[in-house]
Amino acid sequence: MNGFKSVFKRELKSYFSTPLAYVFLVIFLVLSTFLTFKAGFFDSRHASMQLFFSNLPELFIFLVPAIAMRLWAEERKSNSIELLFSLPITTIQAVLGKFVAAWAMLILALALTFPMVWTVAYLGNPDWGPIWTGYAASILLAGAYLAISSFFSALTRNQVIAFVLAVVFCMVFLYASSPTALDFLTGRMPVGVMEAIESLSFQSRFESMQRGVLEVRDLAFFLLLGGGWLWANVVILEERRGQ
Amino acid sequence: MIEVKELRKAFGPIVAVDSISFAVGKGDVLGFLGPNGAGKSTTMKLLSCFMPPDSGTANISGHDIRKEPVAVRQSLGYVAENAPAYDEMTTESFLKFVCDARGLKARTRKEALGRVAEMCAIGGVMHQPIGTLSKGYRRRVGLAQALVHDPDVLLLDEPTDGLDPNQKHDVRKLITEMAARKCIIISTHILEEVEAICNRIIIIDRGEILVDSTPKQLREREHGSLEEIFRKLTTQHLQLDLKGGAA
Repeated sequence: MNGFKSVFKRELKSYFSTPLAYVFLVIFLVLSTFLTFKAGFFDSRHASMQLFFSNLPELFIFLVPAIAMRLWAEERKSNSIELLFSLPITTIQAVLGKFVAAWAMLILALALTFPMVWTVAYLGNPDWGPIWTGYAASILLAGAYLAISSFFSALTRNQVIAFVLAVVFCMVFLYASSPTALDFLTGRMPVGVMEAIESLSFQSRFESMQRGVLEVRDLAFFLLLGGGWLWANVVILEERRGQ
Repeated sequence: MIEVKELRKAFGPIVAVDSISFAVGKGDVLGFLGPNGAGKSTTMKLLSCFMPPDSGTANISGHDIRKEPVAVRQSLGYVAENAPAYDEMTTESFLKFVCDARGLKARTRKEALGRVAEMCAIGGVMHQPIGTLSKGYRRRVGLAQALVHDPDVLLLDEPTDGLDPNQKHDVRKLITEMAARKCIIISTHILEEVEAICNRIIIIDRGEILVDSTPKQLREREHGSLEEIFRKLTTQHLQLDLKGGAA
């Protein structure tokens, strides 16, 4: 347990001991608010957060890999990974410590959007269910993106490569059920495979949660997918260390 | 305290460590000597459980490196080549992190920090980011992190490489002071270092142990300075390899 706690604390502190946390938080808050108002928040005349949440999957595609690209790539480049694993810390503890610290940063960023909730509550009488499930969906989506990005950060010591690969894979998972992707796959793949690809999509699950529908299978999907990528992260770190 | 048995590690076709065996006890300072690329750092990485061996094993303070890597890491202090650390952290927060990871809490941690700050003479840079430290201080911070839990076994990979003569002197003095209570392996290619602080010497080349002796015995047996002996052994090895290849 010492291993997980110490890595978690160190990581979280390191975000705030450099400008990284502040730059990230400011950019996230400015962009998420700007996109909400640009999409016609006032014109819609609805006391809801739907416009705010609907931008997040695409905004996170860039911001989550940006925060995660350094997680392992930097450790490998500076060779501090050799120091880290000379301490009595298991690979699983280190991967989880870093993941949870970065996730906590993303949750903090989401928590700091509370003025948006105030605004909605002040202007009208919102349905609170979809607001809470929307936040829950955003936290889960951020976690899934983060697990993917952390894996790619462990794959290379070059942060730019880690970033680009993570963005591409997050996009694949987000757009798997988009009409363009499905049109392209129709006729090229058996129906079973197409349905399997479609079911891996983040978008449809995120949208239904954001509308207030919280289903166990959606929760399980995000948890299993995130867990799977983190497990791959552990495996790749152990494999690469011997090289 | 350290017992290495038939330890082997290859990277593709290159055998970095070729079934080496040796033992080191308390009070020993073993100079692990060899030219660049001889397999010194790989051996250190295997012993510190950073990477697993292909075959063979080692026992450190009663723990097997293959079966109990976390217990091995708990029982030893390791300074990797170039003393890697987290540059954005201050010396103090870095050492606190190491204490946390090693399970040192509250008072024990405070005592440990005071002790290593004094031993390694880093009291003046405790609040400075590690990235801004000179090479000498960086090494000393690296040494301090390896000493916070007062381990019985110390593995030091080229601890004085790139330091000025005064800094080298300080690090060697520190090692000599600790020597009687610990079991220390120093990987190096600096011969004067071995003369100054080691009571045991292993010369390794291309992953194989060429000599396992004491500096004094080796000088008497081979009739020459350590530098001459080192050159003779490692180039002889090279020539044998070339002849073997030609045949």
